[in-house]
Amino acid sequence: MSLRGKAAIVGAALAGCGEAHGKSSMEITIEGVHGALADAGIALGEVDAVATCQPLDMLSGLTLAQELGLNPRFTMNNRMGGSSFLSHTLWAAMLLELRLADTVLICYGSNQRTASGKLMTALGLPTYEAPYRPLFPLSSYALATDRHMTQFGTTREQLADVAVAARAWAQKNPDAFMRDPLTREDVIASRPVSDPLRVRDCCLVTDGGGAIVMRRAETAKDHPRPPVYLLGGGEGTTHRDISEMADLTVTGAAQSGRTAMDMAGVKPADIDVVQLYDAFTINVILFLEDLGFCKKGEGGAFVANGGIAPGGHLPVNTNGGGLSCVHPGMYGIFTLVEAVRQLRGDAGDRQIGSAELALAHGNGGVLSSQVTNILGTEATL
Amino acid sequence: MAGIGQGPGPDAVFAAKLAEGVFEIQKCGGCGTHVFHPRVICPACGSADLGWFAPTGRGTVYARTVVRRKPERGGDYNVVLVDLEEGVRMMSRIDGIAHDQIVAGLKVTASIGEGAEGDPAVVFRPEGEAN
Repeated sequence: MSLRGKAAIVGAALAGCGEAHGKSSMEITIEGVHGALADAGIALGEVDAVATCQPLDMLSGLTLAQELGLNPRFTMNNRMGGSSFLSHTLWAAMLLELRLADTVLICYGSNQRTASGKLMTALGLPTYEAPYRPLFPLSSYALATDRHMTQFGTTREQLADVAVAARAWAQKNPDAFMRDPLTREDVIASRPVSDPLRVRDCCLVTDGGGAIVMRRAETAKDHPRPPVYLLGGGEGTTHRDISEMADLTVTGAAQSGRTAMDMAGVKPADIDVVQLYDAFTINVILFLEDLGFCKKGEGGAFVANGGIAPGGHLPVNTNGGGLSCVHPGMYGIFTLVEAVRQLRGDAGDRQIGSAELALAHGNGGVLSSQVTNILGTEATL
Repeated sequence: MAGIGQGPGPDAVFAAKLAEGVFEIQKCGGCGTHVFHPRVICPACGSADLGWFAPTGRGTVYARTVVRRKPERGGDYNVVLVDLEEGVRMMSRIDGIAHDQIVAGLKVTASIGEGAEGDPAVVFRPEGEAN
């Protein structure tokens, strides 16, 4: 049995992106839920399964149900970091297909910028890494960057071009947090944090939330907006701690992408628009390689000189990504919302003409969990 | 055989050895795989027959980063991943060399130094350098 086209996203919304002064993480989350339900034309009481994963609340699924006044048939609190929400969609599709639930809500929110000014996390350093004081999670990604540069000759300039492309997309998105011009030279001259990564290689610290509502495909057209169908999904978990990652140049995206594309019956060249979790510039290079958009080791050349910027050969992170649009700690939900906007034709100045197939990809931990979703319009069913 | 359910777990055993100045890793009695960090069962074959032995201490830098920190807060420090000759990888620090001289491929030798809290930790120096 395949999940291809069995479930669809019928509502989506963002909330509190940038700075949401005076609001808690759950309040931002609920604002997103309210928006997504309105977008779907669904009453709150129709929701019978919920999924979330909040930065500090280990029982956030229970908090969510409580704050919504729901007694859900299923409450999902799966925590794999920022990729969690792209896994929630797969569980949602299974519940819907098995008719164990009829309306599934997936949501996230964080006030980390206005509450703390930095990444809020419940995680401590791993036992066998703590003595050496790596910055969490930055130094882990710095080690992966160093290895990619050593092994494949990836350059500082190529890494910078990932951030420059994100900024160019952000300049087309009125909701993006950072829209000032950014050049390759600006990135390379920015403050070093954990070599070879610099401040402008790192995602933003913002507030923000997002929510989506999923239903079975058979009723997906009974809503105000065009449905976005889940065509395929896959996961890959290779480690938790960077010191346990077998090859720092190959992520679980190789497995998650293959599984998702096999289920969807598509190949990388078919994808019109790509949303990748760009916690750091190296992520985009690694994921483009592992997902099959270019060969291993050629990601640097692929992203260089505007390759993934507006007008390039592949539109990647059209909202501006975690690097320039929004990054409230766990970014995965935002890859889904931006994919929905592109496939509905709602993306304004950054709209990719006739986008029918989108890939959304989440990353969790320190390149540890990789989850890929393939989404499509009705024409792709 | 180390066995399950006999005495302290592998994390505590490793820490106790380190506190006595001994750096040991595990070897699987079932399939011969070398194992680090310490585990209850072998990640290659699932056997609980994991025994302890002293590695040669020789290794090669796999990747490195330098954490940038203001001098008044202690200055820069390096964090590396080292591949031991036995085929296992560990996070560590290289002492006795300028940070910008540390590159992948550098041959290093283990010793027991101090971790972040002054606790004993396995650190490395460039091969051939006296401690």
